[in-house]
Amino acid sequence: MTASGALLEVRDLAKHFVVTKGFPRPVTTTVRAVDGVSFAVTRGEAFGLVGESGCGKSTAARAVLRLIEPDAGKVRFADIDVATAEGSTLQRLRRRMQIIFQDPYSSLNPRRTIGQALTEPLGVHGLARGRAARDRAIALLEEVGLPPSAYDRRPHEFSGGQRQRVGIARALSVEPELIVADEPVSALDVSVQAQVLLLLKDLQARRGLTFVFVSHDLGVIRWFCARVAVMYLGRIVEDGPVARVFGAPRHPYSRMLRDASPIPDPGIRGQLPRIVGEIPSAANPPAGCHFHPRCPRASDVCRTVYPQWRADGHGGVACHHPED
Amino acid sequence: MIGFIVRRLLASIPTLLAVLTLVFLLVRVVPGDPAIAILGDRATPETLAALRAELGLDRWIGAQYVEFLGHALRGDLGTSMVTHRAVWTEIGAALPHTIVLTLAAMAIGCLIGIPAGIWAALNRNGPIDVLTRLLSLLGLSFPVFVSGIFLLIVFALHLHLFPVIGNPRPGDWIDGLHKLVLPAITLGIVMAAYVVRVTRSSMLQVLGEDYIRTARAKGVPRRAIIWRHGLSNALIPVVTVVGLYVGILIGNSVLTEIVFNRPGLGKVIVSALTQRDYTMLQGMMVIYCFLIVVVNLITDISYGFIDPRVKQ
Amino acid sequence: MSDVALSATPSSWRTMAGRLLRDPTTLAGVILCTIVVAGALLAPWLAPRDPLEQNILDRLAGPGSDYLLGADQFGRDVLSRLLWGARVSLLVSFLSIAGAVVVGGAIGMISGYVGGRFDLFTMQVMDVLLSFPSLILGMIMVALLGSSVTNLVIAIALTAIAPFARIARAPVLVLRERAFIEAGRALGFSHLRILLVHVLPNIVTDLLVMGTLWMATAVRTEASLSFIGLGVKPPTPTWGGMMRDGFENILDQAWLCIWPGLAILVLVLGLNLVGDGLCDVTDPKADAQ
Repeated sequence: MTASGALLEVRDLAKHFVVTKGFPRPVTTTVRAVDGVSFAVTRGEAFGLVGESGCGKSTAARAVLRLIEPDAGKVRFADIDVATAEGSTLQRLRRRMQIIFQDPYSSLNPRRTIGQALTEPLGVHGLARGRAARDRAIALLEEVGLPPSAYDRRPHEFSGGQRQRVGIARALSVEPELIVADEPVSALDVSVQAQVLLLLKDLQARRGLTFVFVSHDLGVIRWFCARVAVMYLGRIVEDGPVARVFGAPRHPYSRMLRDASPIPDPGIRGQLPRIVGEIPSAANPPAGCHFHPRCPRASDVCRTVYPQWRADGHGGVACHHPED
Repeated sequence: MIGFIVRRLLASIPTLLAVLTLVFLLVRVVPGDPAIAILGDRATPETLAALRAELGLDRWIGAQYVEFLGHALRGDLGTSMVTHRAVWTEIGAALPHTIVLTLAAMAIGCLIGIPAGIWAALNRNGPIDVLTRLLSLLGLSFPVFVSGIFLLIVFALHLHLFPVIGNPRPGDWIDGLHKLVLPAITLGIVMAAYVVRVTRSSMLQVLGEDYIRTARAKGVPRRAIIWRHGLSNALIPVVTVVGLYVGILIGNSVLTEIVFNRPGLGKVIVSALTQRDYTMLQGMMVIYCFLIVVVNLITDISYGFIDPRVKQ
Repeated sequence: MSDVALSATPSSWRTMAGRLLRDPTTLAGVILCTIVVAGALLAPWLAPRDPLEQNILDRLAGPGSDYLLGADQFGRDVLSRLLWGARVSLLVSFLSIAGAVVVGGAIGMISGYVGGRFDLFTMQVMDVLLSFPSLILGMIMVALLGSSVTNLVIAIALTAIAPFARIARAPVLVLRERAFIEAGRALGFSHLRILLVHVLPNIVTDLLVMGTLWMATAVRTEASLSFIGLGVKPPTPTWGGMMRDGFENILDQAWLCIWPGLAILVLVLGLNLVGDGLCDVTDPKADAQ
């Protein structure tokens, strides 16, 4: 059942990592990195996935692309079941969904030239070879704002921001419809971040791209995305339009995140955020609502029962005492 | 600590079993029939069948394997096909000589190698360093039997300082020591070469670490820095190399024993090879590999003492 | 995260070769190796006599005008045997190590890439192989298979496979974590393509460097085996075999041991020097000369 216009639909996605250690009696720990995540992204939309380190957002993004095999849940891309796709179906799907990585320094093979990095996917998918491939690669370089002379150079000759552009060009080479951006600017200097973000925005408009934008930086999400989901310990605790989630957050965790990333505006008098405690280990989440040990509004029911998802048309929240 | 040792012991058991299996397979993969090899001209169909039955070769290979394992684990390695004495007895007579030689070589190697390595590291890129590196490379490049023969020619034949034949007179330990010198030096040279290189690079790495710089900044005297802070950490990889190299040493001791005509496992294995004494070969391989597994175990455990991080 | 390539790129090979040749010890090694290779290649023209030709009357002659380096116990010319013996040493060591690099490298690369239980199991097997002293393993293999050049090559190669598997595996473990490998998967590259195009070039240099050093070991092993009597069968001249003959006659004519011994030393030292130089040049963290 596809929501109207939804390009990507994720339902109850789960991924566990099982670790068995210890001697003589081995102890098995299950880390529930992604524990029942559901969201939908409409075509042309920029959807954000935000949360602190270890909340599972990167794992979820990779599971959607099947770079990591999901343990449970459904992923549908344009009505094709991603989780069960095989062979040539999967190969065709790969063309339509691409990823941009966080680390510009390890996302390119240091031994290959930029030109080789761009033409290789063209060859593998049979899109272009030889002269035609070279022309396409140069066109891609221009599209991301790099000079054609970059074609014969190697990654180490470029800065982080430029390498990230190459990574973007490479992802675009197979003409995808959806791009998962996994912290695409987190590793870049602040001045460069803006350039790359502008480039992504521009590409979205020109090519009609759909984005799943994973980040821990609220400012970036706020600027780039239309809708956002907030993740905590493998689950989505709130989602909705960006303005609503960050303007009037309903889940205490969303509020905590929002307050911790202030808007530079001397006119606003904000309260100092109350940040309590650290993120517990995903191997042993607290009973009931995962957030209750740090929540200023926690009550008895919060300590024992995980809150139901309450949807309200534009989004939803999983909390016993959401703020209104 | 005990848990660590127990864990390590248990981890070496599958390796030991695998080694035993490999030995079993190797010896039986041989093209040709050991019974024929032993009897040679005297082989008739009756004697062949009799010998095969005696050696247990006519049974199903699975049964042979189980029997082999059972015997091996109980310490019974069978009887030599040639001398008809228990393999254990032959090995037991020869093993002490080889062990003495190996230990002497290790001692020489470390006594020369470690100080030389430290000295070279402290005088980095100076003339001492360059000389040490060249000498150690030279030491590594000499195959053991070549250096053994050269030493023999110079010190025994020309200078008459040491005897040519290496059989120590039983009971006379001074004579034993006298005859140990050249072979031990031969083996010790190669060992020293390895140890020098590892000690030097390990020492260099440790000296460049931050905690050394901190000690110096705190005004700790240079001598104390080298001895207390630097050395104990630098020695960790040296222990590894010594442990690793024992395997090579044991192999090389074979050559040395041949060159200097010393009693030891070397002679035993060579005669077993040339005479196709399969039970002996089998037993020898088990012993060699067992020795190496034991040495690795000791190395691992001593790691636990030297480097507290390893015990987890 | 380091952005340094795991090993050198082809465009920098020329610079590497330049730096190699400028280092005096490495240069010496190259010269030594070249001398031996030249001797082996040009043996038919350089050797003054047929290495198998026996002249009993001249047996155990010392170095002199007739026999430049002397004659052995069968009256055969030592110099000629030395030159022809170089062929055996070079051939056996090169072929065996080439085989070990290809087989061991493939095993290590695939094992490291696949990971999981397969990797664990394979490495256990390699550890077992490693626990055999290589000389003993070589001896036993040759004794079991019989001594011919082929069997010698196989035996020595077997002793080197496990080390190369380890050498190939280590960088793969690091490489696996790099994003460009994951990018290849995301772009739809097959595992085979990733292994051959993206992983292999990063370990090739490591393998070649260790291959050179291991050739030195292979030469030593072959000579040792010949010395014991397990090498290539006489009357084919081999350096180890010549030392064996010389050893039997050491009291009469010590020179018979010295020449082949020096020859072995020259080749092994040369290979070690070159290998060491390669190590220094390709390892970005090695302490600079």
